[in-house]
Amino acid sequence: MAASITRKRRGRFRRYGPPLLLISPSVILIGIFVYGLIGSAFQTSMTSAHSAAEFTGKQPTEFVFLGNYTAWLATKEAHHALLNQLIFTAVFLGGTLSLGFLWAWLLDKRAKAEGIFRSVYLFPMAVSAVAAGVVWKWLLNPNRDAKAYGLNRLFQTLGLDFMQNSWWTKNLTWGIAAIAMPAIWQMAGYVMALFLAGFRGIPNELREAARVDGANEWKLYRHVIFPQLSPVALSAIIIIGHMSLKTFDLIMSISKHTNYQTKIPAIEMYRYMAEGDYANAAMVGVVLLLIVLVLIIPYLIHTTRAEKNR
Amino acid sequence: MRRISFLTAGMAAIALTLSGCGGSGDEKTTDSSAATEASETTEAPETTPADTDTETTEPEETEPAGTGALVEGASGELDIFTWWTAGSEALGLEQLILVLEAKYPDIEFVNGGNAAGQGGSGKEVLATRMNAGDPPDTFQAHAGKEMQDYIDADQLTDVGYLYDQFGLRDAFPEDLVAMLTQDGKIYSIPSNVHRANVLWASVPALEAAGLSTTDAYYASIDDFIAALEQVKTNAPDITPLSIGTTWCQVHLLETVLIAELGADGYNGLFDGTTDWAGADVTAALEKFATLMSYTNEDRDSVEWEPPIQMIEEGTAAFNIMGDWAPASFDAYGSVAGADYLYAPSPGTQGIFDFLADAYGVTNGAPHPKAAEAWIDVISSKEGQIGFNKVKGSIPARVDIDLEAEGFSAYQLSAAEDFASNAIVGSIQHGCAVTIKQGNAINEAVSKFNTGATDLAGFQAELVTAMS
Amino acid sequence: MSALDTGVVSHGVTESRVGQHGFPWGKALRHLLLIVFLAIVLIPVYVLLVTSFKTQTDAQPAHAWLLPNEWTLENWKKAWNGPSAAVPGVGPAMIRTFQLVIPSTIISAFLGSMNGYVLSRWRFPHANAVFTFLLFGMFIPYQAVMVPLYRLVQWLKPVTSWVDALPTVPDGIPILILLHVVYGIPITTLIFRNYYESVPQELIEAARVDGAGMLRTYASVVLPISVPSFVVVLIWQFTSAWNDFLFAKFFVANPDKSVVTIALNNLAGGSIMSDHGVEMAAALLASFPTLIIYVALGKYFLGGLMAGSVKG
Repeated sequence: MAASITRKRRGRFRRYGPPLLLISPSVILIGIFVYGLIGSAFQTSMTSAHSAAEFTGKQPTEFVFLGNYTAWLATKEAHHALLNQLIFTAVFLGGTLSLGFLWAWLLDKRAKAEGIFRSVYLFPMAVSAVAAGVVWKWLLNPNRDAKAYGLNRLFQTLGLDFMQNSWWTKNLTWGIAAIAMPAIWQMAGYVMALFLAGFRGIPNELREAARVDGANEWKLYRHVIFPQLSPVALSAIIIIGHMSLKTFDLIMSISKHTNYQTKIPAIEMYRYMAEGDYANAAMVGVVLLLIVLVLIIPYLIHTTRAEKNR
Repeated sequence: MRRISFLTAGMAAIALTLSGCGGSGDEKTTDSSAATEASETTEAPETTPADTDTETTEPEETEPAGTGALVEGASGELDIFTWWTAGSEALGLEQLILVLEAKYPDIEFVNGGNAAGQGGSGKEVLATRMNAGDPPDTFQAHAGKEMQDYIDADQLTDVGYLYDQFGLRDAFPEDLVAMLTQDGKIYSIPSNVHRANVLWASVPALEAAGLSTTDAYYASIDDFIAALEQVKTNAPDITPLSIGTTWCQVHLLETVLIAELGADGYNGLFDGTTDWAGADVTAALEKFATLMSYTNEDRDSVEWEPPIQMIEEGTAAFNIMGDWAPASFDAYGSVAGADYLYAPSPGTQGIFDFLADAYGVTNGAPHPKAAEAWIDVISSKEGQIGFNKVKGSIPARVDIDLEAEGFSAYQLSAAEDFASNAIVGSIQHGCAVTIKQGNAINEAVSKFNTGATDLAGFQAELVTAMS
Repeated sequence: MSALDTGVVSHGVTESRVGQHGFPWGKALRHLLLIVFLAIVLIPVYVLLVTSFKTQTDAQPAHAWLLPNEWTLENWKKAWNGPSAAVPGVGPAMIRTFQLVIPSTIISAFLGSMNGYVLSRWRFPHANAVFTFLLFGMFIPYQAVMVPLYRLVQWLKPVTSWVDALPTVPDGIPILILLHVVYGIPITTLIFRNYYESVPQELIEAARVDGAGMLRTYASVVLPISVPSFVVVLIWQFTSAWNDFLFAKFFVANPDKSVVTIALNNLAGGSIMSDHGVEMAAALLASFPTLIIYVALGKYFLGGLMAGSVKG
């Protein structure tokens, strides 16, 4: 009995030992650099360490459990920041997915000079947020009419005066959507590449088969192409969605962390950190993580299920 | 500072006063320091930003190593955290490094500072280093309450002994030393002084509006509002008051509070003797709201420079900004008196709204001697002269003959006011409030100016911010 | 790659068949739309470009659309060398950034490829749970963990300072390499795992039956077919390491000897006076290396994405 267990163990080790060994450095690194740090942040977020003195133990702190969470979530500012985040994410996702899909669709059908279009559409991703912010700050200037420059000036020149608007500066609810424009500009090309790859990954026999069955163009998309593209769309949603939660550099360089119009949780976290309020900084960070969890769990369930079905 | 003409006329008198001060200061400092001072001035009487590069190596070669060093045995690395990384600030820092190299050739300057600008001022990086137990030897901060968090956390040492050792209690104005002293301890040493309450006006715009083109001082906020209204009526294309993003708006608010409450009333806001919820504060906030109604539409999306450029181009009539603005006027080629005027911001004659960059020695500094040497460098005459001439601010020392050193007319006038006016601390620039309070005030102002709160709500938030 | 090529060609056939009846309106409209979008995407690039050739007083937002009053190359020189002795330019910083980006990208790619291989083709119990464990790392909010992270880095100092001391290694760069590699694990693992899932199982099985061990299979069978995914990871990691601002800000102490984003930021945003022309020239200079990678590898990028994303 004991011998067979040992043998079995040895067999298992020979089978699973090498892969486990190979992956263990990554697991250890992620364990420390991600989970260790998140654990530490979680712990801090439940204390009353609201100043450097408290954080470094020069003054006593208390364990407040979820006190920081409930206090912050009860404020109007937190609702504003979370709503801004929601609108930003929605516009960013909607913009990158629809533009990315459209571009990919246009390019998929064998466009002339495809390489040039592709490279140009991808180019903004190469521009760092710091640099992109400077230009977009100019473009999104809210001055109108005689004083206008930026996009408002361009609209005038094109005879589209009615399109002039105050961008992010005036409207407290929807202003944040304007900040999503540069973000879309940066990432739509990447989503295009994803979709284009998706289009080209659809086996040609599928299309042909559908055509032979007499399916019109719409039915072809509805029943063949969209289902084939859904995993691509899902990856895009995950990547863009998580980037939207970290959109920080862009807001810092177009607006300012002090502008109430463009406050999002990441900005709030930065502010708390800059003033030495580590408990609240960690608290906002954990809230962001929880939002991500909500976003990523359906994806993980989907992936696992898809693999089981295979 | 009342008027440009007055200014030039009074210049000789000012110069005399200043040189008088300078003499007495010299006697108090050690001989060697005075000697260095003298040799420095004869060598480079007319340093301007443009010459900086060509002069880089000169002091090193000509001066004997270690002249004027007040800190003995300082050698090795100096790990310093500063956000003087760009523009005239970086040039000024270069001047300080030259002084350091001349005085303390054994110290190696290691810039541990960080990016300002888009990423904020790097305060979060500094805070992280301090709280993770890796403090630099010395760091830059605004003098005053901005350092409070570090003081409370016991992360800064009392540098009162350096004030005595370097003879700084007599070299700096009494008000300033008093303002920086806390329970008999003092934690920072200013390298330069800026004035926040300055009104800048565009001569062509004033002309178009039919306002005085020689005197831009308005005795009260109400007078100023009348002038803004006149601009609006007579020159509808000109923006009456140009302003930038939230911090510029807080900057404006503090000058309104000073004007409405007076120096004592304003100071009382921070020691509890003036009630933030009081009726006089309400009145000031109402006036602030009125002023904001005369401002440019794109205010939230611009820094301080584009609004100043509106003054240069004559598309705006007035702007209230600190006295780093001349750097922009100079770059644009605008001439004081001919193209633009300056005056104390409305209703603040005789009051100097003060802010300063300062350095302290950290508790647990890896090289405390080097930090002391740095304090010597930035507070010494040659350091303060070299740095401020390039940066455009004025020395915190009042014992320097600025005219002989070739400081600008504006700098001379500011220095005169600094030596004679009542000094109050700036809110926006970290002197009067802690970082946390400052952030809360910024948020309150941003909410009010974007319509998220009404006046009562605004005032209530200010009360909460300061409680 | 061959799968990609065939796919492309056969679409072309369908297209030209439609076009045989008279003028190809659909095709023309498509190209028109593509060109309109091209123009829209290039609007900010136009502003970047023209401003980079303007003098300081001309380089203002109010003149954003105008061509320079007076064309000057001064900004580009200043951006490369630094506007003064006191402010470093992006030129030297770009060289240091290459020293950071190249090793971190290569290490990331190999680590990701091994993880992906193990997680998809050499399964062990709970492999999916381990994958989820790694993947979740992608979502860490850096600002919230900065102080403990800084402490961790301090604790690693004995090791990293030894690497720092090596000649030609700029200070602080080893730490940045470590951080980019660690925080790159989730995304690189994801990309490679998805890719290997899509590779015909038989290839690897055949090697296994031959009795080849895990590492030998990896080196002789898996690695050679991994090129498309390497390209995707290369592009992704290169872009994120090249454009990283946060880590550089915290972990390279000396801004004069830092990476390109820090240099760019110092050129762009001093608290006093900015020279927008230099700023824009520097922004363009800083984005060239990434751009070159995109253009050179664009085709493979698509192939890699395709191979990885089909099965999702």
